[in-house]
Amino acid sequence: MILDIITSGLINGSVYALLAIGFSLIFGAARIVNLAHTAFYMVASYCIYYATHKMGIHPVLAMLVAIILVTLIGLVCYKLFIDPIREHEAAVLIATIAIAMALQEIMLLLFTGDFLSVPSLVSGYLNILGVKIAYQQLLTIGVALLILAGVWAVLMKTRLGLAVRSTAQDREVANLMGMNESRVAMITMGISVGLAAFAGAVVVPLTIVNPHMWMHPLIFMLAVVVLGGLGSLKGSFVGAYILGFAESIVVFLLPMGAFLKGSVALSIMILVLLIRPEGLFGVAFEEER
Amino acid sequence: MGILSFYPRKIYTLFKGEVLVLPSRIVVFLFVVVLLFLPVVTQDSYLLRILILTSIFAILAASWDFLSGFTGQINFGHALFFGVGAYTSALLNLYVHIPPYGSVPLGGLAAVLAGLIIGIPCLRLRGTYLALTTLAFPIILMGIIFAIPGITGGELGVSGLSRLSGSRLYDYYITVVLMLGLCTIMWKITDSKTGIIFHAIREDELAVRTAGINTTRYKLLAFSLSGFFAGISGGLYAHFMRIAGPSTLEVSLSFTVVIWAVFGGIVTIYGPVGAVFLLFPLLEFLRFWPEFRMLMFAVVILLILLYMPDGFFPWVRDKIEKECPRCKVRNIATRKTCRVCTAPLD
Repeated sequence: MILDIITSGLINGSVYALLAIGFSLIFGAARIVNLAHTAFYMVASYCIYYATHKMGIHPVLAMLVAIILVTLIGLVCYKLFIDPIREHEAAVLIATIAIAMALQEIMLLLFTGDFLSVPSLVSGYLNILGVKIAYQQLLTIGVALLILAGVWAVLMKTRLGLAVRSTAQDREVANLMGMNESRVAMITMGISVGLAAFAGAVVVPLTIVNPHMWMHPLIFMLAVVVLGGLGSLKGSFVGAYILGFAESIVVFLLPMGAFLKGSVALSIMILVLLIRPEGLFGVAFEEER
Repeated sequence: MGILSFYPRKIYTLFKGEVLVLPSRIVVFLFVVVLLFLPVVTQDSYLLRILILTSIFAILAASWDFLSGFTGQINFGHALFFGVGAYTSALLNLYVHIPPYGSVPLGGLAAVLAGLIIGIPCLRLRGTYLALTTLAFPIILMGIIFAIPGITGGELGVSGLSRLSGSRLYDYYITVVLMLGLCTIMWKITDSKTGIIFHAIREDELAVRTAGINTTRYKLLAFSLSGFFAGISGGLYAHFMRIAGPSTLEVSLSFTVVIWAVFGGIVTIYGPVGAVFLLFPLLEFLRFWPEFRMLMFAVVILLILLYMPDGFFPWVRDKIEKECPRCKVRNIATRKTCRVCTAPLD
């Protein structure tokens, strides 16, 4: 039981962390609340399904193709629909919801609403104290942590990361210091969508693929981001594991837990916000000038 | 004879001077007249049903605009008010046997309570934080509803409520008149002194506080008033559909409300109402291609946002009307001089 909770908490937490960090990045660098973020995750899952089942490509290759393809789709959506209306905040929100809905409907048309699944990369399981832990689960956790470390390194050690972080801190000053603000936004959008696609890729063998699979992670991702503090990467990371573990504890321990998991996780978020309105690691953003 | 014809003549003069001078006012007048006299022409049950649902959602969209557009407190969980209204009226009707004219306002009051409960913690948050936090409340309530299926019916919802009234025609008049009345009340509130404070809170909350106004109280007022209107629309929906299900709390409903309001133009009240009357029947009309319905909806919204990011109705209004640069009175775009102060227009 405890081991079950730990593995499922780690998997949920890692996926939420991948999603939430991507979302935080684009919110920090460009102040875009991208509600279509998890829709890209859904599209990536479908790409992998299509590539492995219909075209017979090796799963690892399929994942790479899916990530590149979805990143391109994300950048095209950004250029076409979000970039021209960036100064209207409410309009951007609606545009991203509309993009998410459009992607969902396109997937519904192409693949119908059937529940699909993708075979795991590695079979077999580890037997610890009588609890079966599939190798696929361990692989998912490991790869997710590796990617998180990679993102961390890019943000902290490279010039690009410096540009992204300074744009997040103050857009206008970053612009004055010679960083091309719109290009940083574009690149950040690419990284962010890429991370969403990656989350889809690591989780797809463990989950069911259907056109509505983006809604639940979206809610949790938003809760994670708010809990950790908007735009704070460390906050997103910690918040993701808090909510991931909360979700799995509720599912395993409470009666009717599957119905209440959302309620409990979101109540935790609200309780934290009551005590710290800017989230756990929130940096209070200065008012936009 | 002179006295008898005085009032009709006065009304006619007022009508000519106030309504006929501006195309937007003529449109609103025609809209009201058509809505009220439509059943004289046709009593097609299907058409009336669509218009009833449209009116109910128009109240909801206008109430979102009242809260989020005017005070700038972006609420992503507006379905909470709708759902609380719907479930409260449904449970009161089913278990306590309160007829619709009692249970719908009580549903509204329950939604006011919900507004206060979420308003008090949320007032500490601003901007995007607030928007994302409010999204959580309907989901929390939905979890609770699923967890106690004995009372709430779980996934199936509460069904078997009494009808709104005896016939489709009465239903139509009740909802349409309520919609027109409530939207007028909302518009009047936003036009009053309170409304000016709401505008000011959106523009610069700190400045309002500096002016000695208790902004917390006004924000709570906005939350509870908006909750009341949304709760009434929820109650009407429950009694019209005769079921209150979890679909009234869904995230997609909250999003749809925001889409309607932003499409129609926020901070207007008339915008969201017009948007619902445009988009909701459009969705019904597109049912001939059920697979493409939502896709077309999303694409239409994306295109509209690209070309008119302030919303559809303000865009149209700016095309057909001009504001006088001197006295700020609106004029029809074809005029060369202002109708009040005769200053040349642009």
